[in-house]
Amino acid sequence: MLDLTFETPKPKVIAGAKHDWELVIGMEVHAQVASNAKLFSGASTRFGAEPNANVAFVDAAMPGMLPVINEFCVAQAVRTGLGLKAEINLWSAFDRKNYFYPDLPQGYQISQLYHPIVGEGEIIVDMGPGVARRVRIERIHLEQDAGKSIHDMDPAMSFVDLNRTGVALMEIVSRPDIRGPEEAAAYVTKLRQILRYLGTCDGNMQNGNLRADVNVSICLPGAYERFQETGDFSHLGTRCEIKNMNSMRFIQQAIEYEARRQIAIVEAGGEVVQETRLYDPDKGETRSMRSKEEAHDYRYFPDPDLLPLEIEQAWVDDIAASLPELPDAKKARFVLQMGLSEYDASVLTAEVQNADYFEAVAEGRDGKMAANWVINELFGRLKKDDRDIADSPVSPQQLGGIIDLIAKGDISGKIAKDLFEIVYTEGGDPAQIVEARGMKQVTDTGAIEAAVDAIIAANPAQVEKAQQNPKLAGWFVGQVMKATGGKANPAAVNQIVSQKLGL
Amino acid sequence: MSIDLEKAAKVAKLARIKVEPDALPALAQEFNNILGFIEQLNEVDVEGIEPMTSVTPMRLKRREDIVSDGDQQAKVLANAPDAREGFFAVPKVVE
Repeated sequence: MLDLTFETPKPKVIAGAKHDWELVIGMEVHAQVASNAKLFSGASTRFGAEPNANVAFVDAAMPGMLPVINEFCVAQAVRTGLGLKAEINLWSAFDRKNYFYPDLPQGYQISQLYHPIVGEGEIIVDMGPGVARRVRIERIHLEQDAGKSIHDMDPAMSFVDLNRTGVALMEIVSRPDIRGPEEAAAYVTKLRQILRYLGTCDGNMQNGNLRADVNVSICLPGAYERFQETGDFSHLGTRCEIKNMNSMRFIQQAIEYEARRQIAIVEAGGEVVQETRLYDPDKGETRSMRSKEEAHDYRYFPDPDLLPLEIEQAWVDDIAASLPELPDAKKARFVLQMGLSEYDASVLTAEVQNADYFEAVAEGRDGKMAANWVINELFGRLKKDDRDIADSPVSPQQLGGIIDLIAKGDISGKIAKDLFEIVYTEGGDPAQIVEARGMKQVTDTGAIEAAVDAIIAANPAQVEKAQQNPKLAGWFVGQVMKATGGKANPAAVNQIVSQKLGL
Repeated sequence: MSIDLEKAAKVAKLARIKVEPDALPALAQEFNNILGFIEQLNEVDVEGIEPMTSVTPMRLKRREDIVSDGDQQAKVLANAPDAREGFFAVPKVVE
């Protein structure tokens, strides 16, 4: 596999009233496993169903119901682990995390505290061309999602929908390797990208299928390096956990606010209290969830309904063999083998559908030219219409056809843009359109010469000026292009104009 | 490890079981009896022995990723003290 080299970004520094401060951030991302059925029941995971329609008696915790694990969800967790270059634990086990809440009918969440299915891995978080942060993954475990409570339908009651109860989640836990709000958002972006490439989570943040808890603490410059050398957390400040954010923008805002709040406390001589906080996007601030603190005694114990989860290395190997090319490898290949800039490669690999489209266009053609057309013309046009690559009216074959016509010299770049617009709005084969509508570039020097002669003859004053100041030759080129409806080959026109004017 | 009244009250609260103060001493005593038995078990040397997870050697049963259950809103809600518009309705729990 190819690798791009990168430099490590500088940590974000926030100026307090007394000193400069740095941030230390660790994240726990909950990613909903893409599956048909739930983790331990045969109920559907489909979003948007009638309330309590996707509920098996296991999910509703009816007495005597027993969980049976969905093997595909296990495979998805393994696949995710392999995609994050993580170690896969062939032996893992499920534990009960006990707490009471109306949307958790079991009274406990089945999770994996002591023996998670996936161990240490890593994510390369891109911060711009040539700059990236290596963030270590501590673990990934499988667990059940809770249901959904709705508080605003009745003044005195909360309404509970168990459709989400028991849907499989992967909790992906990072080490405290993230050093600023932008890095935190970039981390989630990259993780989401990898999950979507793998097909293990759809990454839909709006529906809550990917949400993040962020642990934030502050420290003086230099303290983080001492922590890294020794592994001793006492070099770092006390952390607060901000729960359940489902937007990149909120993640950044919440971290920024939380860091400043902690700095103000410490600089005033106070102490940060370790607690769980909630970000309020309307007020732009985090606030304490004190009521959660008291209940934070989860009394974990091994779930007696479930045997340990034992998987075979051969099965893991089969999953490994089916992994797609992942974003880092694809980007490196686009840069190193196809000659793209890192920026263009990043744009094209952001979504695997974009990368696939680009590769279909670039097949047998110039990579850079294909990248320019896909990014500047196609993406620009799709964005204008708020359309997705999946319903692009221009197929890779059509766009490739346009590029071929330019490469052959049949049409100029300018005409190609007109042609693109025709193909985009009306469809059709580019070569046939060019033929049928007479858009072909005039490379016949005889025809161009005739046009140049006519313009020179009609404009003696301009000829004189241009002969004194050769820069004015451009005027003749423009006139010729106009006279030929933009179809004259610009290079040929330039040459002939210079020649005829005797420049 | 011994369970005092305060600990017994906390465990009861976490389990959402209402225990009247005059019942706490008996409860704490029961806990202590159970823990005493566990401590007795702890005397057995199990160093290097894998914990037994099943009486018979069994593999965790798996299911396929097929939707085979659900679509039974009425049955799911049948035992609910209160249900409205397809939801369980519970006393307001907003913080």
